[in-house]
Amino acid sequence: MAEQPRSRYIGSAAPRPDGPDKAAGRTRYIHDMSRPGMLYGKVKFSEHAHARIVDIDTSAAERLPGVRAVITARNTPEVRFGFLRDNMVLKGDKVRQFRDEVAAVAATDPDIAAEAVELIRVEYEPLPGVFDPVEAMADGAPLVHDTDPRGRPLTSNRMELSYSHNSGDLAAGRAASAHVVQGDFSTPVIQQSCMGTAGCIAEFDGQQNLTIWAKTQIPFLAQRDFNQALAAMGLRGKNARVVVPALGGGFGSGLDTHAYEYIAILLAHRTGAAVKVVYSREEEFACLSPRQSARTRVVQGCDAGGRLTFREVEVLQDNGAYTSWGATFPTVMLIPATSLYRVPNISFTATLAYTNNTYCQAMRGYGNPEVTWAIESNLDELAEAAGMDPLELRLRNVNEPGETTPMGLKVTTCGLKECLEGVGEGLGWGEQEKETNNKKQITKNGFGKSRGFGVASLVHVGGSGRIYRSDASGIILKLDDFANVNVSYGGVEMGQGLHSVLTLGLADALGVRPEQVHINRSDTATCPWDVGTHASRGAFVALNAALMAAEKVRDRIFAFARENLPGMLAKQLRKAQKKDPDYRAPEFDLAAAADPDRYRLQDGALRLDGAPDEPWLTMELGSLLRAMHFRQGGEMLTVEAFYDPPNELPNWAVGRGNMSATYAYGTQGVEVEVDQETGEVKILNLVAVHDVGKVLNQQTLEGQTYGALAQGLGYALHEEVLMEGGRILNPSFRDYKIPTAVEMGFPIKLEFIETDDPAGPFGAKGVGEPGLVPTAPAIANAIYDAVGVRIRHLPITPEKVLAALDAKNEA
Amino acid sequence: MKRQELEFSVNGAPVQTWAAPDQRLVDLLRDTLGLTGTKEGCGEGECGACTVLVDGLAVNACLYPCLEVAGKEVTTVEGLATGAGQLSVIQRAFVDQGGVQCGYCTPGMVLSAKALLDENPSPDERQIREALVGNLCRCTGYTQIVAAVRAAAADLEVDHG
Repeated sequence: MAEQPRSRYIGSAAPRPDGPDKAAGRTRYIHDMSRPGMLYGKVKFSEHAHARIVDIDTSAAERLPGVRAVITARNTPEVRFGFLRDNMVLKGDKVRQFRDEVAAVAATDPDIAAEAVELIRVEYEPLPGVFDPVEAMADGAPLVHDTDPRGRPLTSNRMELSYSHNSGDLAAGRAASAHVVQGDFSTPVIQQSCMGTAGCIAEFDGQQNLTIWAKTQIPFLAQRDFNQALAAMGLRGKNARVVVPALGGGFGSGLDTHAYEYIAILLAHRTGAAVKVVYSREEEFACLSPRQSARTRVVQGCDAGGRLTFREVEVLQDNGAYTSWGATFPTVMLIPATSLYRVPNISFTATLAYTNNTYCQAMRGYGNPEVTWAIESNLDELAEAAGMDPLELRLRNVNEPGETTPMGLKVTTCGLKECLEGVGEGLGWGEQEKETNNKKQITKNGFGKSRGFGVASLVHVGGSGRIYRSDASGIILKLDDFANVNVSYGGVEMGQGLHSVLTLGLADALGVRPEQVHINRSDTATCPWDVGTHASRGAFVALNAALMAAEKVRDRIFAFARENLPGMLAKQLRKAQKKDPDYRAPEFDLAAAADPDRYRLQDGALRLDGAPDEPWLTMELGSLLRAMHFRQGGEMLTVEAFYDPPNELPNWAVGRGNMSATYAYGTQGVEVEVDQETGEVKILNLVAVHDVGKVLNQQTLEGQTYGALAQGLGYALHEEVLMEGGRILNPSFRDYKIPTAVEMGFPIKLEFIETDDPAGPFGAKGVGEPGLVPTAPAIANAIYDAVGVRIRHLPITPEKVLAALDAKNEA
Repeated sequence: MKRQELEFSVNGAPVQTWAAPDQRLVDLLRDTLGLTGTKEGCGEGECGACTVLVDGLAVNACLYPCLEVAGKEVTTVEGLATGAGQLSVIQRAFVDQGGVQCGYCTPGMVLSAKALLDENPSPDERQIREALVGNLCRCTGYTQIVAAVRAAAADLEVDHG
């Protein structure tokens, strides 16, 4: 290579390329799409949390004019799906959750489909249900599944999936401790709350191949799932092409395939027409898998000097009735459990239980916020026990570059120390605290408002996360005669700004202008394989693949130029002289044009280092590409690259392995004001400092971080899917509150630490998830600082704060 | 229910159509007129994705009976741009300030911002946040959206001044 890519566009704050269409309302989401002759599908959901299905009467629905098909488990082939294949698209024998799919219709318009679903009569024989993971594992609890997917009898709701890690010597760690604290913490089920609800369109062609436009983050794993479904439908050898329209948000909700997608496929196959299924907001809340809840017990100790001696983490998760990829949350929980701060002796276990609650799935952070909530809240309890400043305790145990953590995570670069210090500085930790302490004295025993400060940190995968046998990502660059770079990339832009950084990175790596880069829709028929847009990996893998491909493109252009550029420049000179006979060209030996070390491809033109600044000495990329194309035995520049990160698939039985190529760190600090009369918590100030490796696009990076903070705040203070007997009680934005512009109206200071990671493209780490991981514990720690009550169960509602204050005042 | 004749104006152009009394404005715009820039996010007036202007006032098109627009002027996001690739000042500010992520809430946000700035050309931050309280966004955390409205207000002031 003549040169390494320079950061001309990377690191800027360039507006995103998909912005204008989105602002103009031109972007087409699944909700906006239709196909000729398209029918509308609608699902009939269970009316019980646990019941045997006695009979399904669809006759009235079938007679309704406009209805084209009514399907149940009795008139369709059995299609299994899910992470453990324990879910069936249509339930035939029993229902195990309120949202179980028992029938579906396809009709000529959505109103008729809804009316038809109402006409379906299902007779049930109710069964006792189990709605708590502890009760679910007790002897004699009703079994959610009588058999496993292979038909082997099950005797317990305790799932066979288990995760553990043991390292060091726990007893020795305890013995070396001067202070030990223990706490039980929990996090609720919350909803991803994409503004664009779930949906798809399924359509078969005349050869019985399927095209499905799906709101997914995993087009290629979905293709595999749908192909298995096609085989179950008697269409073995036929293909599912997955096309991803613009996503109205993802946040993890697209990391699994869903029953409604298979239902659309079955209906499309039955009717021969395209079938669209789109969830209403109520269905999205009640019938789409939300985030897993977790109960976490944590015990930590430190020596007299504040050095952490051991950590025990025990997690119990309510899996709900079926299993999604979300059941692998503990693979990510292992990261904070073993590797957040330096802890020599560790024990981690995670247990999952089936219940008759709604089954859960992934959401941004994927297990990390659940466990960080417990660890970071408990660390403040430890600091208090040790009589240490909470920030100082963390600084004393900070991770550093070069270390290998108990899980085997190789810490290449690590800005955690800078993050902690940055938050301390940003909040005025210490100084302001003294001042606030004075205020506190005034209000402590009264009913006034009291202020406090809190911090919490995080570690997360920053270089993709291998939880599948391939963690790779492919890219195709197709350059045309007009120097357009057409990009086929299988990862998913869901709003996070992937296409923005891919555009800027390719512009730098290839030496073109960003306007020359055009990114195609993710489509399994045209894009190389990608495992999915999860684990904050999008920009990391996409840009690494892009850099590999760009190098191949440049090598080929330079190889051609070496042979042909001197002649082409000479021709340009002759043209210039013909146009202007008085033109006197400066002395320049065109032999330099055969020396790739002097090539400088930038902004869509090839120039020579050290050459005079003459137009004829500049070769437009388009001219070069056309010269390569239009000659005997010519070539088109279409190049692919397949990037598989240098990470390991951990051994989950022992919880060890370097699952990411690098790790992201961050610290958040808040100042809160707690109203002791109402229990209300007001955020006065928030500082977030994150080790991002390198800023790829300042604007989208800030956007990712602000957005994650809002989700972190919702998790901390507002959000909870309420359930009673397996029924979801608050399936609307009226009763499930996500933060609004008013709730987010407090000052936020962002700071990014650039640690220039060697594995990162341009030095960057993944940034998608980290911003919401430490928000809740930072807030809880600040509340404790303000009023001396420790809230252990999210969300921190005014009722919980008041109850804790009452309990404290009584004590 | 029996369909009735309906005449009104969308984005400055007259519309003559038939609509049922129970039909919602959002469906008329999206399904009958093909103006899919207006989004539906909840169907119950909680999220603001379907915000449009009726005679200059921001309304939730998912709650608005379409016959009530008879004789009125409806502005949707499609009516803001002045030509291909020519965004309005407010739309441009959303793009330039990073106020757009997944984009699903953006049309509604832009129209709420327009209703605000038409009424109050120089709102302070609190007024901006209060004007957008009925428009939910799950991606941005609102910071860059608020910055966009502030920038648009400044740009419009320059344009008019």
